[in-house]
Amino acid sequence: MRLEPAPPVRSSYSTAFSAALTAPSLQTPSGVVGPNGKGAEKRYNVYRNNVTVSLIEALASIYPAVQRITGLDFFRAMARFHLRETPPRSPLLFEYGRDFPDFIDRYEYARPMPWLGDVARIERAWLDSYHAADQDPLAATALAAIPADRLAKVIFQAHPATRIVRSRHAAVTIFAANRTSASPPLINAVEAEDALITRPQQEVTVRLLPPGGAVFLQSLSAAMPLGDAAAAALEACPSFDLGAAIAGMLEAGAFTAAALGDRS
Amino acid sequence: MSERPANVDPTAMTAPRFPVHRIDSLAGASFKHEHLPAILAEAPMRGFFEVHAENYMGAGGPPHHALATIRHDNPVSLHGVCMSIGGPQALDKAHLARFKTVVDRYEPALVSEHLAWSTHDTTYFNDLLPLPYTEATLERVCEHIDEVQETIRRPILLENPSTYVAFQESTLSETDFIRAIAQRTGCGLLLDVNNVFVSATNHGFSALEYLADFPLSGVDEIHLAGHAEQTDDEGDLLLIDSHDGPVADAVWKLYAIVIGQCGPIPTLIEWDSNIPEWPILKAEAAAAQAILDRHASVTVRSQSHAA
Repeated sequence: MRLEPAPPVRSSYSTAFSAALTAPSLQTPSGVVGPNGKGAEKRYNVYRNNVTVSLIEALASIYPAVQRITGLDFFRAMARFHLRETPPRSPLLFEYGRDFPDFIDRYEYARPMPWLGDVARIERAWLDSYHAADQDPLAATALAAIPADRLAKVIFQAHPATRIVRSRHAAVTIFAANRTSASPPLINAVEAEDALITRPQQEVTVRLLPPGGAVFLQSLSAAMPLGDAAAAALEACPSFDLGAAIAGMLEAGAFTAAALGDRS
Repeated sequence: MSERPANVDPTAMTAPRFPVHRIDSLAGASFKHEHLPAILAEAPMRGFFEVHAENYMGAGGPPHHALATIRHDNPVSLHGVCMSIGGPQALDKAHLARFKTVVDRYEPALVSEHLAWSTHDTTYFNDLLPLPYTEATLERVCEHIDEVQETIRRPILLENPSTYVAFQESTLSETDFIRAIAQRTGCGLLLDVNNVFVSATNHGFSALEYLADFPLSGVDEIHLAGHAEQTDDEGDLLLIDSHDGPVADAVWKLYAIVIGQCGPIPTLIEWDSNIPEWPILKAEAAAAQAILDRHASVTVRSQSHAA
């Protein structure tokens, strides 16, 4: 005889208990009591507080630059709105907050800071890079083994920790200024900036990409041959410097392998 | 305590990735990455480190690098905080698989989880939430522990909770509930003495009576931590299991009573918030080690008398 899975245990206790955790307008769930006839409202609120505060702190630990820019009270209010709208779907808190940059873009009180969502995108990419798989980056000398006339056909393999974030604002400068303890300099926020985030060994590094660099690296990461990627970058940005871009990406450890494509 | 983790297959051709370190009779401390430079600057500590399993479920990077470094020199205890064993819904299979991967990768001396739940439907609440103690919840919790133990192929230790509320529908005492779980699943127990003190205060029972009724023979690890004070709906003292300060004197006294009765049991100082400099946390662990050592020598002496 096949054993049927046991029916749900009167799922009411977790249904009722969880429903009010992030909904302050709901009452303490019925059946939840204090000892010896004591009230349970403040007692239940301990759980409410634990949930909300711990999730705000989870967002603050992922987005420290955003918190530094907005200040503590602004950040906590914004995070509280977000976690009520989008609570975690995974028990891995380092996966939480993927929708937070988009939420910031929509958040009414953040409108005077149109670059704030992009700063958050860089911070999210930073954490993804931090937790990505370990792999040795491509050696700086790797391209020397490939004949010069065939370099255009080379296809690169992106490192698991490599991320690119593009911004219409000076998000990279703003990010960098607010992730260090120094007081932020005056920043021209309207200048568009692209970030390259890498972690060839154990340390995450965020670099400001030169013009055309993001198109170039995104093309290479999508397995486009070097020659085509360079052409795409030049088309996006006539001042694109191919030699500097290759030197920069090798130094950053953005790729793990380079090989001639099948169509050579 | 077996010297070799139960999940190591003696017939396997591959050698363990890490040295085997004994954990019995040792005190330990929560492992915090910011302490790693200070820990490495000293001679290897006599003691163990405990880590939250979920922090090592990423693919790679500094967390794994740090844990591998620590695991090489010390026994490690792996503490899961979000399996949601106490919830009515089925365990998250993907999470269970990740948990097994961490167990296999780091060969921890101890593996533990909580009598609590944290996920409902698809939402993760990031807190250890309470459950009613009934025959039905007992059955479900046992099924979940069976599933965890079958997956990782070794027994876990189940931790008694700290709670702020009770459920009208409960028909069993917490100690009866935990004793029945241990009997039915063969799991070991993690006795959190601070949780006993917090719950006793919050629910108006005697911590000593709870300990007298607790199946102490099944305890393979002890947790000690700090708590904070608030007030309940009537203005009476309500203790919060905050892990943000030193262990309270009353908890040290209860701990000494348990060790006096049971002999040395691996003991962790948990400190998860307002984390102090490493020497302060290390000193708390040393205070627990002193109590363990005192009773270890008593145990040895009484054994040699008997011989």
